[in-house]
Amino acid sequence: MTIYSQIESNKRRTWIIMAFFIVFVTAVSYVFGQANGYGFSWASIALIISGIMSLGSYYYADKLVLLMSSARVVSEKDNPELYRIVENLSIAAGLPMPKVYIIHDSQPNAFATGRDPEHAVMAFTTGLLERLEKQM
Amino acid sequence: MTPTLIIVGLIVLVVAFIWSLYNGLVTAKARVDESWSGIDVQLKRRTDLIPNLVETVKGYATHEKSVFENVTKARAAIMDAKGPVEAAEANNMLTGALKSLFAVAENYPDLKANQNFLQLQEQLGDTEDKIAYSRQFYNSNVLDYNVKTKMFPNVLLAGAFGFKEVEFFKAKEEEKQEVKVKF
Repeated sequence: MTIYSQIESNKRRTWIIMAFFIVFVTAVSYVFGQANGYGFSWASIALIISGIMSLGSYYYADKLVLLMSSARVVSEKDNPELYRIVENLSIAAGLPMPKVYIIHDSQPNAFATGRDPEHAVMAFTTGLLERLEKQM
Repeated sequence: MTPTLIIVGLIVLVVAFIWSLYNGLVTAKARVDESWSGIDVQLKRRTDLIPNLVETVKGYATHEKSVFENVTKARAAIMDAKGPVEAAEANNMLTGALKSLFAVAENYPDLKANQNFLQLQEQLGDTEDKIAYSRQFYNSNVLDYNVKTKMFPNVLLAGAFGFKEVEFFKAKEEEKQEVKVKF
């Protein structure tokens, strides 16, 4: 499996999950709406809300998460070791360089977000960076 | 009427099949070319660092002419290289020449303390890493492409369409062990 087919299948799964979320929320609201005698009104409200949530998380998830976790962006000067690891791995995967963020948190954690390679973000907590060391 | 319909249907099928086969090969070849440019960028960066390095070292180690000549020769070889095989050879030559240059630098404590020299050494190390990573990406794309041109039934048409086998960017034996993802 090449990196390209992996990327394609991940994209397909993202769309399936987003569609499933909307359908699921709408279906549940329809059932409860019918049970409570409100007819279609609950289902249509749920459809609108879940649609906005799906699209919103698709377009703004990167900014939202970073805002919530108060991450700060890292340049090559700030942390050359981390920056170069990310840079080298994106070279090996044939992807553009993502933005690198550090979150002040003692919990070891990391995540990646963004809707496409051009808007990709990788974030690492300080706890993770302290605990892990570069290994061959 | 029916036999003609069957024949037309078969022709449409064959054309569609060749069409998708051709497009698949074009995509694979484009990926090879694109990933080659990734190696090219790093080789360029490496050759750009050399003159500066040679100048810095020359300031301290004046009697090491043959070392400088080897480095400069290898640099020129990279710049003149045509195709992956030549470029890989020249690149390995430069790696060897740089090794002896840094070995020579060991004898000059003042040089080893020079900020400029240290920075260049670090940047060269970084480019070597990046060449290794871009080689990994290039070679995996070449593998994918070469397999595609040789598989049946692609092999019957790849030659006719002008899709030739592409060469790998080979590392030196000793360097190969380093290529494993290290983090």
